[in-house]
Amino acid sequence: MRVAENLNAALHGLLDDDPTAYVLGEDVLDPYGGAFKITKGLSTRFPDRVITTPISEGALTGVAAGLALTGNTAVAEIMFGDFVTLAFDQLCNFAAKSVSMYGSRLPLRMVVRCPTGGGRGYGPTHSQSLQKHFVGVPGLALYEMSPFHDNREVFAAMVDRGEPCLFFEDKVLYTRPMGQADPLFEVRRDGGLAVVDPAVPDLAGRPDCVIVAPGGTAHRALGAMRSLLLQEEISCRLLVPSRLYPLDAEALLPYLGPVVVVAEESTPGGTWGGEVAHRIHQRAWDRLRGPVRLVCSKASVIPTAAHLEREVLVTESAIHHAVREALRG
Amino acid sequence: MTETLVPALDPAAGRPGLSRLADDDLELLLLIRHFELELLRLYGRGELNGTTHTCLGQEYVPVALRPLLGPADFVFSNHRGHGHYLARFGDAHGLLAEIMGREGAVCGGVGGSQHVHRDGYLSTGVQGESLPVAAGVALHLRRTGPGALACVYIGDGTWGEGAVYEALNLAALWRLPLLVVVENNGIAQSTPTASQMAGTVAGRAAAFGIAHRLVVSADVNEIRRELEPAVARVREGRPLVVEFVTHRLGPHSKGDDTRSPQAIRAAQENDWYGRYAHDHPEHFHRFDGPARARVRGVADEVAARPPSRWSPCA
Repeated sequence: MRVAENLNAALHGLLDDDPTAYVLGEDVLDPYGGAFKITKGLSTRFPDRVITTPISEGALTGVAAGLALTGNTAVAEIMFGDFVTLAFDQLCNFAAKSVSMYGSRLPLRMVVRCPTGGGRGYGPTHSQSLQKHFVGVPGLALYEMSPFHDNREVFAAMVDRGEPCLFFEDKVLYTRPMGQADPLFEVRRDGGLAVVDPAVPDLAGRPDCVIVAPGGTAHRALGAMRSLLLQEEISCRLLVPSRLYPLDAEALLPYLGPVVVVAEESTPGGTWGGEVAHRIHQRAWDRLRGPVRLVCSKASVIPTAAHLEREVLVTESAIHHAVREALRG
Repeated sequence: MTETLVPALDPAAGRPGLSRLADDDLELLLLIRHFELELLRLYGRGELNGTTHTCLGQEYVPVALRPLLGPADFVFSNHRGHGHYLARFGDAHGLLAEIMGREGAVCGGVGGSQHVHRDGYLSTGVQGESLPVAAGVALHLRRTGPGALACVYIGDGTWGEGAVYEALNLAALWRLPLLVVVENNGIAQSTPTASQMAGTVAGRAAAFGIAHRLVVSADVNEIRRELEPAVARVREGRPLVVEFVTHRLGPHSKGDDTRSPQAIRAAQENDWYGRYAHDHPEHFHRFDGPARARVRGVADEVAARPPSRWSPCA
């Protein structure tokens, strides 16, 4: 099953199981079914609870908050995650604040979906990975879609949190398969953390390097792990947390080694990876050979032309080189 | 689309007379008035933290609307919301404790003057932000509690925010039971409406095909009578913008009034408080002193309470 189908099934499941659940966004109705077809079939089955909205990201996020405020579960789709900047006030100043600024906890079951990331030639305003701008807002949780996490489970976790969640969906994942296809590696789950190790037990036990990556970067990390293993006999472990923030650093600790790299598609500076590194330094500094190394895209807009876009976005080979450098370090 | 409620002038006074109020309406008006005056006094004495925005001069707006709103309705208020809260709950103790950070505060002293939540009532401090949320609540009410509405208080300055227009579009498009109450006091903080708004509120409502009522009167009975059928239509899914031409008697917050003496005098001349004292002196004086004393009693009692308690990560 492809990731998009898994996500679509998760939304069907949510609407099926929760009679108070709504899905709203721009162009989400059938037969169109959303710009990335993630909402396909929903409006046919649940015409009253799947709502198409005008091009008003701020308002549709506010409506989702209003639905959540009155006890419903609301899932809002931002067509391109870049446009979530238009909903920043509703997310940061209303929804996230409302959970706690009224003195006692006010649960809001609300998920804002953000198709994210480049690699598809959509250019500077339709390709960004804006996770870092939302890190550290109390009452706002960040999750990222991954091929190793069933979306129905992730949605259940987000809804159960009772606070607004942003769900970042790297667009390049939509057409990729769920799970792990590369026979060199094996995936296991430990709570919300996916742990990917070489399939050979001897290599899995003591990886040379541990890579932490969100779901959208995971396949590039895996590509790097493959080339590192085959070309340089370097064994790596990949850790993919479903929830980016608040980060469960404790969950990472048992899987860390002396060399750690964080890879993400964000531009550098004030990144999620910086937060991960800081949390790991706090808890595991004495176990590290050197500081956690960060791999990001370039500090640049994301060009449209494929050859230019490739120069900017974080790649498999950038991760490969970062791991090699870290080990030389 | 626009209907205007302008009262007839009383030839003797040169302005319209105010009709006699029911006792409970007068009591509520005076409660809000003296609550706000007490706040300014407490600030003056350095007994309050932060800032506040009083609704002095505008008290009659939520009092007039009070019986038109039911317990199933959801009210959204703004930074200038003490009158809205008191008209809904009459709870001066809880609100003052909230503003003073004392035990018994409605929201533990976390929200303060402009962030208050209680059954079917919520205020926020960012202009225009509540309108899309209210649209979501109205959508919920239309589907689950037919006949209930969401009411949002905004000011003239709020119309500078794009969120207002996104929400009005949704309200008209989805036939939401949304009542937008505009307290147009002619000034946004320090900026006169004429310097910040092109066109009119009426014109903006009309652009969305939303009915607009302009209320110039400050007569509670008259306003209530006129608005009752219009508010009933909101409950059937016909959104409405009611614009009150009102007067902010005091500063935006505290000690920050840069208006000309003439402008302040004009606001004072329109103040329902003086006008009602003039038109109905016996009724007014029977309730005014006791209301002042009651609020002072609330202030003394609340000030003596221990600080409110709250855990940041709860």
